[in-house]
Amino acid sequence: METGKQVIQPSSSATKPAVRIATAARRSANSAGQIALIAVLAALAAAFLFPLALTFTNSFMSAAEISDNYAALSASLSDSSGPSSDGSAYVNLKWIPDIATLSQYYSVLVKQPQYLFMFWNSVNIVLPIIAGQIAVASLAGYAFSFLRFRFREPLFFTYIVTMLMPFQVTLVPNFIVADKLGLLNSHLAIILPGIFNAFGVFLLRQFMMFIPVSYIEAARVDGASHLFIFAKIVMPMCRSGIAALAILVFVDNWNMVEQPLVFLRDAIKQPLSVYLSVIDEAALGIAFAASALYMIPLILVALYAEKDLVEGIQLSGIKG
Amino acid sequence: MPRRLRYSEMITAGLFLLPSLAGFSVFFLIPFAVGFYYSLMDSPIGGSFVGFANYLELLGNPVFRQAAANTMTFTAVSVPLNMALSLGLAMLLNRKLPYRNWFRISFLTPLVVPVASVTLVWKTLFDLHGTFNGLLVRWGASPHDWMESRAAIWVVIIVYLWKNIGYNMVLFLAGLQNIPAEFYEAAAIDGAGKFKQWKSITLVFLTPTVFFVFIMSIINSFKVFRETYLIAGDYPDPSIYMLQHFMNNMFKSLDYQKLTSAAFLMALLIVLLVAALFAVERRMGKSLG
Repeated sequence: METGKQVIQPSSSATKPAVRIATAARRSANSAGQIALIAVLAALAAAFLFPLALTFTNSFMSAAEISDNYAALSASLSDSSGPSSDGSAYVNLKWIPDIATLSQYYSVLVKQPQYLFMFWNSVNIVLPIIAGQIAVASLAGYAFSFLRFRFREPLFFTYIVTMLMPFQVTLVPNFIVADKLGLLNSHLAIILPGIFNAFGVFLLRQFMMFIPVSYIEAARVDGASHLFIFAKIVMPMCRSGIAALAILVFVDNWNMVEQPLVFLRDAIKQPLSVYLSVIDEAALGIAFAASALYMIPLILVALYAEKDLVEGIQLSGIKG
Repeated sequence: MPRRLRYSEMITAGLFLLPSLAGFSVFFLIPFAVGFYYSLMDSPIGGSFVGFANYLELLGNPVFRQAAANTMTFTAVSVPLNMALSLGLAMLLNRKLPYRNWFRISFLTPLVVPVASVTLVWKTLFDLHGTFNGLLVRWGASPHDWMESRAAIWVVIIVYLWKNIGYNMVLFLAGLQNIPAEFYEAAAIDGAGKFKQWKSITLVFLTPTVFFVFIMSIINSFKVFRETYLIAGDYPDPSIYMLQHFMNNMFKSLDYQKLTSAAFLMALLIVLLVAALFAVERRMGKSLG
């Protein structure tokens, strides 16, 4: 660790006057460009934030106000005869509620206790998938990156190819497998395939390819076991890759709709994503609050993991 | 280092792979193989072996051909756009920049918005009675049916980019983090310009990530079907009738033969692409040492 830090040190421009002067000159010349760049990024960011922001602000509107604003939408859904009669021909995109109210939240959380049940189901499904996928995929990724064995490349290729199959194709065989294993109508029918998805193996193998094989060989010469090298050298160096994996696996599984509908018979076992996918114009009055609550854990995970994502190599400091 | 395989290393590899391989075989490989077997039968239940007849029939089907052409056009336009934009954003946000944490989080938010909200917002904007048409009418123009015209494909591309740029940005950011800063310092001292540095350090180190992002972008380009379907239904404007619509409609009409053979045809195309990329990656990997 000590030597690693020394290697990293000189890279900071403070120790190299020539580099520092060059950077300073470039910085002042570019400051106008910098402002323009930030303006462009801000405009883009606003467009990206748009649906999220709209969902949150509209979640504080009353059901009546929502149905007023979106009346034109349901009109065009029920029949295509033309604008509705009350003059609201087009959707009224509104940011600020007339009167801010928590009535949507009250309806979702108090009047519909199944909402919290489903929230808990989602947590119970997604957390084991993330933990399991990271454990299983990092071990396999190590084998694919650093160990030589027969059929390594064809096997890895097979992993990738299975990812390309749309859900509908493997649905029937998957159903038979789950049935044979007695997993139907249990969360395990979703958790186990989630853990063994090739996605994690593929992602981590691509990140481990960065690590020079000479590191592993040097550690082997020093008498370290592969398990030690895996846990103490490779895993810390893959920190940003694991953070990326955690974010993306969380997002994918928190949003899943098709699998629960097929594998879980009981409504009480369904995750929140299924409930939200069927909230439609008829239930618009609570849809915004339901979505807002649904997004909060995702936002927290993104905020938390985003730090790891960008602090990858500086912290490990092993690579020289 | 001798290139021969050692017995003990094979055993270690087996142990590292065991958990993944066991679960992968049960939940992915076997269903995959069974699915392929079904595509060679004339009926999933009690059918007889017909070889590639289903495939040949499919290739002569005009609806399938239209869907395949649409999917290829969409993929050929949207995947490169997505990769270029997300790589550009990741590189910008990997530098020191005011508010960059806020920017990063903003570009990630489309990942967390539930499908129902995405569809609602999409409808709100692009519906015949949506906000854009409201504005057009207020400015004296006539409203345009965005989803039922040639414009629909651009709406789908925009939604795909909106939803997936953050996904790829996460991967590119993680990839960029793995490039040791000293490499750039050394190159700068050797007099390498910015573009030279980008070409011979950033791109070389990012090759495995680019390979990964490319495949995920293709897979995610099929997933945009979910949103398209919720907006436009089973039979949208012909210009956005994708392979996924075709497969979904075959699924609904229980035409399992057409569904599986369509899926495997699609996979075959991608596999050829992946094999080519695999070869490129290997060559780049060797030059990395």
